[in-house]
Amino acid sequence: MKKIATGNKTVAEAVKQAAPTVVAAYPITPQTEIVEQIAEFVTSGQMPSRYIAVESEHSAMAACIGASITGVRTFTATSSHGLLYMHEMTNWAAGARLPIVMANVNRSLGPGWNIWAEHTDALQERDTGWLQVYVSSVQEAYDATLMAFRIAEHNNVLLPVMVNLDGFLLSHIMQPVDTVELGDFIPAIHLPHAIDPRHPAGYGTLTGPDQQFRFRWDIERSMRDSVKVIEETEKEFARRFGRKYGFTEDYRCEDAEVIVVAMGTLGKEAEVAIDLLRNEGIKAGSMRLRWLRPFPKLNLKGKQVVIIDRDYSFGRGGILATEIMAQTKEEVYSVIAGLGGQEVTYDDIAGFVRTRRMGEEFWFGVNAHV
Amino acid sequence: MLKCTSACAGCSDSLALRYVLKAAGPDTVMVVPACCTSVIQGIYPNTAFNVPVYNIAFGAAAACASGMSNAFRAEGKKTNVIVYAGDGGTLDIGIQAMSGAFERGTDFLYICYDNEAYGNTGMQRSGGTPMGAKTTTTPAGKTDAKKDIDAIVAAHDPPYMATACAAYPQDIFKKVQKALTFRGPTFLHILAPCPPGWRYPTEKTVEMGKLAVKSGMWVLYEREYGKVTIGPQSKVAMKKPLPLEDYLSPQGRFKGIDPKIVEILKQRITRNFQRLAAEEEASA
Repeated sequence: MKKIATGNKTVAEAVKQAAPTVVAAYPITPQTEIVEQIAEFVTSGQMPSRYIAVESEHSAMAACIGASITGVRTFTATSSHGLLYMHEMTNWAAGARLPIVMANVNRSLGPGWNIWAEHTDALQERDTGWLQVYVSSVQEAYDATLMAFRIAEHNNVLLPVMVNLDGFLLSHIMQPVDTVELGDFIPAIHLPHAIDPRHPAGYGTLTGPDQQFRFRWDIERSMRDSVKVIEETEKEFARRFGRKYGFTEDYRCEDAEVIVVAMGTLGKEAEVAIDLLRNEGIKAGSMRLRWLRPFPKLNLKGKQVVIIDRDYSFGRGGILATEIMAQTKEEVYSVIAGLGGQEVTYDDIAGFVRTRRMGEEFWFGVNAHV
Repeated sequence: MLKCTSACAGCSDSLALRYVLKAAGPDTVMVVPACCTSVIQGIYPNTAFNVPVYNIAFGAAAACASGMSNAFRAEGKKTNVIVYAGDGGTLDIGIQAMSGAFERGTDFLYICYDNEAYGNTGMQRSGGTPMGAKTTTTPAGKTDAKKDIDAIVAAHDPPYMATACAAYPQDIFKKVQKALTFRGPTFLHILAPCPPGWRYPTEKTVEMGKLAVKSGMWVLYEREYGKVTIGPQSKVAMKKPLPLEDYLSPQGRFKGIDPKIVEILKQRITRNFQRLAAEEEASA
């Protein structure tokens, strides 16, 4: 069904259709609208879920963990400081192999108080064992949320999935969205290690140096297996509902000499810049990275790579840039742009490509090449 | 609870646990944050518990139980959800999650077993450590009073809450059984004497618990829908408490305690008795 909705409202709509048994959440700008909408769905009987209005994000994730281990579907949403506050529990959720789905509305970190888009919040969760997908439109936020449940709960994965959407640029922007009749696209959840008092077991008991690494490896093995599950899920989604997704969204890359890599809305904005550059005779393409974890093999051979990071790791560099540089020998021009909601237009992106200085890092606005 | 735990010799927590689990029965899940009971279960792949135990991060037990209880109830299951947390995990790092879970009316039993310090990490001061007690982080004795967590819990007005002591196992059994008959959040605060932490011989655990009650340092009472009932053992202590020194002097943690602090402790005992007696009378 076609409608017009904000990113937040459409995530809530997808969650309503997935019908988790328990939603535990805490408000934070710019995410709040998601959980307000879910609370409304629950209260009005449109969603057969229990909504736990917890007193913190740490408790939101802990409550999702407690619910999930009984074998039911769970969901939460957060942003920025909320995500950081639940960091201890995000690690726990992945370690406990719980297929919790969370929407994270990407937002800058304080101080100062800044509620605008930035990816550093989610990227600080990079090593927790969560799958992470970054979306670029309201439609994609809806589709990715639906697929997140199927991927997380797949018995070859059993890891939590985080759906990332840019604060305000997607969370509060209205766009057309085509909702689907879900049918059996998300099968009933079956958690093999669900708690059952008839079969008592210890969960997360003391684990010695002779065992702990096995559990860590198990997470990595499932993370690797998730690649196939993501591919299958996206293929099945395309078959049923007609919209195709992949680990990256490539635009005019085939004959490109320079490729812009970015995540989220910047990755989509780059496509407009590519058209501009092509009109000027510059053979440019763009590659929007959708899945950060598991990190895909990017085909960048023989290309100049311009990477736009809406994030930063102090003392090291743009996080996406360092991830890609670890994978490819191709020369990289690392652009740091869009921090704390800094405005970045397609003109700006085209400018990054025109004036690129390979091997260097560029801070947009500061105009510092380092 | 099965035989062979990893508890210290003379541990009153394992004694209390046995009666808690007996009273709760098999359709029970325990949620345990970081505490001595994380250790007592034993090492993977073994466990000394014959009910599922969900171990969770230090500050998260009540929130985790909140999710678990909601999920069970949504599925129509009556499974008891019991948080079993130490004083650090309750009075300090877990107090926010606990307060939230109580405020939300979570259907669960929260048990705090209180050995009055961070025992698992080698006896550091907690909010539960009494004034004057030496711990590894208060080597000269704690200068601040024990936090009154029972008053804090009471402020949430749960349908049932009680105190207990590991030296009175039948009392624990009855109170757990009773707590589990209520819908909504219930609370049990168990004093759990600790031989290595309190520095007394391992065979004196039960005696130490009884001295705590008889001297008035620990008061046994229940609060059911606001109605306070002081336990018979504490009624006796209210009329004629044992000298506080009888409780303090066998414990290494109170060695060399400032007499002024002993006076303050005595005054607190009297005030506490008066307050509870007044509440009992007012709610009768």
